[in-house]
Amino acid sequence: MADLVIADHNNTALGDGTAKTVAAAQKLSSDIDILVAGENAGAVAEAAAKLEGVRKVLLAESPALGHLLAEAITDCVVALAPGYDAILIPATSAGKNYAPRIAAKLDVNQITDIIDVVSNDTFVRPIYAGNALETVQSSDAKKVITVRPTAFKPVGEGGSATVEKIAAGAADAHEAKWVSDEVVKSDRPELAGAKIVVSGGRALGSAEEFHKVIEPLADKLGAAVGASRAAVDAGYAPNDYQVGQTGKVVAPGLYIAVGISGAIQHLAGMKDSKVIVAINKDPDAPIFQVADFGLVGDYKTLVPDLMAALG
Amino acid sequence: MKVLVPVKRVIDYNVKVRVKPDQTGVDLANVKMSMNPFDEIAVEEAVRLKEKGVATEVVVVSIGVQQCQETIRTALAIGADRGILILTDVDADPLAVAKLLKAVIAEESPNLVIMGKQSIDGDNNAVGQMLAALLDWPQATFASKLEVTGDKASVTREIDGGLQTLEVALPAIVTADLRLNEPRYASLPNIMKAKKKEIASKTPADYGVDLASALKVLKVTEPPKRGGGIKVDSAAALVAKLKEVGAL
Ligand SMILES: Cc1cc2nc3c(=O)[nH]c(=O)nc-3n(C[C@H](O)[C@H](O)[C@H](O)COP(=O)(O)OP(=O)(O)OC[C@H]3O[C@@H](n4cnc5c(N)ncnc54)[C@H](O)[C@@H]3O)c2cc1C
Repeated sequence: MADLVIADHNNTALGDGTAKTVAAAQKLSSDIDILVAGENAGAVAEAAAKLEGVRKVLLAESPALGHLLAEAITDCVVALAPGYDAILIPATSAGKNYAPRIAAKLDVNQITDIIDVVSNDTFVRPIYAGNALETVQSSDAKKVITVRPTAFKPVGEGGSATVEKIAAGAADAHEAKWVSDEVVKSDRPELAGAKIVVSGGRALGSAEEFHKVIEPLADKLGAAVGASRAAVDAGYAPNDYQVGQTGKVVAPGLYIAVGISGAIQHLAGMKDSKVIVAINKDPDAPIFQVADFGLVGDYKTLVPDLMAALG
Repeated sequence: MKVLVPVKRVIDYNVKVRVKPDQTGVDLANVKMSMNPFDEIAVEEAVRLKEKGVATEVVVVSIGVQQCQETIRTALAIGADRGILILTDVDADPLAVAKLLKAVIAEESPNLVIMGKQSIDGDNNAVGQMLAALLDWPQATFASKLEVTGDKASVTREIDGGLQTLEVALPAIVTADLRLNEPRYASLPNIMKAKKKEIASKTPADYGVDLASALKVLKVTEPPKRGGGIKVDSAAALVAKLKEVGAL
């Protein structure tokens, strides 16, 4: 039978987690449909239709779906579920919010954050902040799977699937009510899919210093900006910059950690990066154990030096 | 208003976990165990609601081995009123935990459930959402701010790209993110007081819930290790290296 992939999007653009989740789905079935659940999300559906190997794109639209409310998305997906063997969802914040609700409504367990497909019913997933990998077999007839996007190569864009509008489902009486979104607008690349990430830690000491030091370096490299939990907790950087076990998982070609010690919870979010650079004044900081290239010293002189060396 | 807080006993977040050589799991022998950090945040939030006069009772529930009693005592020392320990040797999966909690809720009728967004062992981030689904309650996950007024809660949540504020009608499930609060250290008098608080002992059978799982762990292995890197002595040397390996 077929697989359903739920698109990761913000109503205007398709998130790159979608093409990566389609790649994971292809290991289970060759019949893959994508659900775009949103509002005024026609452009997202068109983008999804271009992904290679997609049979059709289903577009469901309502205000609640536009706010990605878990209750509304669950209703929509549960109605579609009889037609699919597996439902795959990118493990973004939005996906992590609604996927378990869908699973429980279908009375199945969720197979969380897979990084590999061993067979139709067997998957590999990180546990303990990535310090162990669990190979797990599911005997549930229908599988609800969240996919760690960084573990899969995105499918290409040569496809031309049809887009079919479907009913969004009535508003759920038990639904949460959306009040507001406060989204940080940025011209920088999206953290989760960026090719280069520059992250700052507690060492920066203030939001001003974070702006003054981390952001220009990121902009020089065309990089996304990340942060440690300590930097976010202290208000140096917004919450969605957090990289780690409980923040975003990134695997860029180049990850530069400035003034970050390298706690296991932080490493969980970046240790699959291709090349890791650490700038830290403590030569024994654990970050150096995963760094390909380490610069020991004060970031206050090393970051300007690096800016100069980059020309 | 009654608040229920589920708490889990997990390997302490500072411990470096080790995979067992026979690949059956991670080594729990002689390892420091603590309350899941997110659950501690949930307990703290519930106790603050009580201190503000919004909540009247905070009940904590833990599922697992006898030592989970210590986890419950920790919550009671923070300020929860009483505990329920559901004894089992089974490492219950998230769906089974959600089913058990649903049965507890049928008995306890809380108006609000606050729980950690994820446990740092299985990293599933699933039970809260599953529980909300089974109860048909609204959910507000990854909360960084919670305000309860009357029969409604306003919850600010951490989402991709920033923050979202939702209003949920109670009863509802709220899951705690790191920035919801900073849990207090329990004072010695409160630790003493916690020893006298009631902990009811139950079993999954008391709730008619079967913990058999559709998920079978075939093996647990070590992740691939990164090869050790080198230290470079200047920013210029770094840039040269990065160009050499094609990272720039
Ligand atoms: C449940 C839980 C979940 C967590 N999830 C996450 C997560 O998702 N992501 C995350 O990042 N953390 C997470 N943490 C927190 C984590 O344990 C660490 O506390 C955090 O990562 C530390 O951040 P840091 O490295 O910026 O700060 P610190 O550990 O304080 O490190 C600062 C570093 O900066 C260096 N330094 C100081 N001054 C300078 C200078 N002038 N020049 C150069 N270097 C300097 C120091 O040598 C030090 O190594 C979590 C913790 C818990 C309990």
